[in-house]
Amino acid sequence: MPLIELSNISKHICREINLQVINREFLVLLGPSGAGKTTLLNIIAGLTDYTGSVLFDSIPVDKVAAAKRGVGYLFQSLLLFPHLDVTANIAYGLTAQKQSPDVITPRVEELLRMMKIRHLAARFPEHLSGGEKQRVALARALAPSPKVLLLDEPLSSLDRQTAKYLRTELKQLHRKLGITTIYVTHDLQEAEEMGDRIAVIENGKIEQVAPMAEVFFFPKNEKVSDFIGAPNILTCEHCTSLGNGVVEASCSDMRIVLPHVGNSVQRIAIFPRDIYISQTKPPGPELNRYKGTVTGINSAYDAVRLWVKVGKKKLLAEIPHHIFEDMDLSVGDEVFLILKLRRIKAYQGNNSKL
Amino acid sequence: MNALKQLKPGWGLLPVAIFLALWELVARLNIIPGDIIFPAFSTVLQEFYHLTVNGVLGKNLLSSLIRILVGFGAGSIAGSTIGIIMGWKDTINRALHPIISLFYPIPTLGWLPLLMLWIGIDESLPITLIFISSFFPVLYNTVTGIKNVDQRYILAARTLGAPDMKILTTVVLPLALPNIFTGLRLTAGMAWRVIIAAEMVAIPTGIGALMMRAQSLIRMDIIIVCLIVLAVMCLSFEKFLAYMETRMTARWRQRAFN
Repeated sequence: MPLIELSNISKHICREINLQVINREFLVLLGPSGAGKTTLLNIIAGLTDYTGSVLFDSIPVDKVAAAKRGVGYLFQSLLLFPHLDVTANIAYGLTAQKQSPDVITPRVEELLRMMKIRHLAARFPEHLSGGEKQRVALARALAPSPKVLLLDEPLSSLDRQTAKYLRTELKQLHRKLGITTIYVTHDLQEAEEMGDRIAVIENGKIEQVAPMAEVFFFPKNEKVSDFIGAPNILTCEHCTSLGNGVVEASCSDMRIVLPHVGNSVQRIAIFPRDIYISQTKPPGPELNRYKGTVTGINSAYDAVRLWVKVGKKKLLAEIPHHIFEDMDLSVGDEVFLILKLRRIKAYQGNNSKL
Repeated sequence: MNALKQLKPGWGLLPVAIFLALWELVARLNIIPGDIIFPAFSTVLQEFYHLTVNGVLGKNLLSSLIRILVGFGAGSIAGSTIGIIMGWKDTINRALHPIISLFYPIPTLGWLPLLMLWIGIDESLPITLIFISSFFPVLYNTVTGIKNVDQRYILAARTLGAPDMKILTTVVLPLALPNIFTGLRLTAGMAWRVIIAAEMVAIPTGIGALMMRAQSLIRMDIIIVCLIVLAVMCLSFEKFLAYMETRMTARWRQRAFN
């Protein structure tokens, strides 16, 4: 049974959105900036008016004020109260609900320990690092024991290393607490790492809701495909193990060697940016190297996209502008494609992990 | 610049000492003729001692100070209370804002003729004037302070289950404090200017009245004593409010103060 159900929700850019979030699920709302992700979180939290209906446990909560919805919200800019120290920030929700000190003190203590920030208890937000602020904000959101946790790009302002570490911790925390969580991001890699299911939202419309592997290998439409990086999806007919975690798959008349555990590969995905283009035959073994003909050229703002026909299959490759200018390619030219071995993604069927 | 900053606090008095020495020198050398027109600093100091000992200065200063404290206190409390209500409740703000905008630009002393006729010339006249001079700036800065609080903090508090009154008292007001104190500091200096003017024009007691009497007796030394006392009082008021602001907000605004 879904814990959260959005029915025909409309507000600003969001139009007629229907979405179900399963109890204890970690759903990632993935979409570009301005797609309506934060608006949707604000609607669930009751922070904005909207048309349509939001149901928690099948009960409409449209008339329930934000303060009473039982939602924990981690804002993109964290919004720790600058005039309160860490302890008071974490305790804020509990004191707001007029809990007694007998309840507040142990709960705050528990969260300080859980988030490993006990040593920061007396500090003010001004004197915390980005990662520390993140933990405090999360502890504050969790303190009133919410039914639902909304995380709005919470790691976007952190350096890659800290963000990666906190992503792992967030997942562990979700497993431990089992709170239904909606995590907003525009980062595909983050979505891959975090979500049980991904809801791809673009221009205020949910385009696809599915596990990441499904979104990746079976994008519902071109918008979804484009957003996830327009990967070349090849359907594979045969697959032979070469040992040591390497297989050779026959996909659309191409023999592709890729790292994969198991004997079955149904589909493979190769990102355009993970295909090298060469005008001369590359040296080395004939492994993941193909000869093709340029059938189309499209200059985008960040790179040049080339459609190259290899056998019966057309592959999309991407090269930087300056390299394209050096190569001076035009439609009809013959080129060699080299696939980056480690970047090939494989799908082996149901429950497939990327 | 850095070298200047590193000077010990006592060095800040050096320019004042140089100024006083120059003053004394100019008066003694009779560069500006006449001890009556331009008394030496030592003469002023002597008069300060006399006025203090015979109680004239203390009595008049106390009169002015009481008026200031009552008028400024009442004006600030009323201004900040109405400011909080206007800043928090948009409908009340919309209703009162046009009236406030109409009255705020009127110079405080502009009210003097009207108030003299309405309430007469007694203690309540300078107090009312100071009330008016404090009320509007404090109100204006309080409304601005509350309006300037990042609305997202309010949303954050709301998602944590806080009711409106709790949000106002625990989030909005503390974050608006720096602005409210700016209003209070501005008003503190203004109150002394207003009281002097009122006492000069209409009230027979207080520092302003003492200055007027000194002027009629051509006692420059007394006038200068009064001016120095005024400067010290203005500065003390502002410093006290700055100290209070620091006490109440410095823990979380340390970076801004450093």
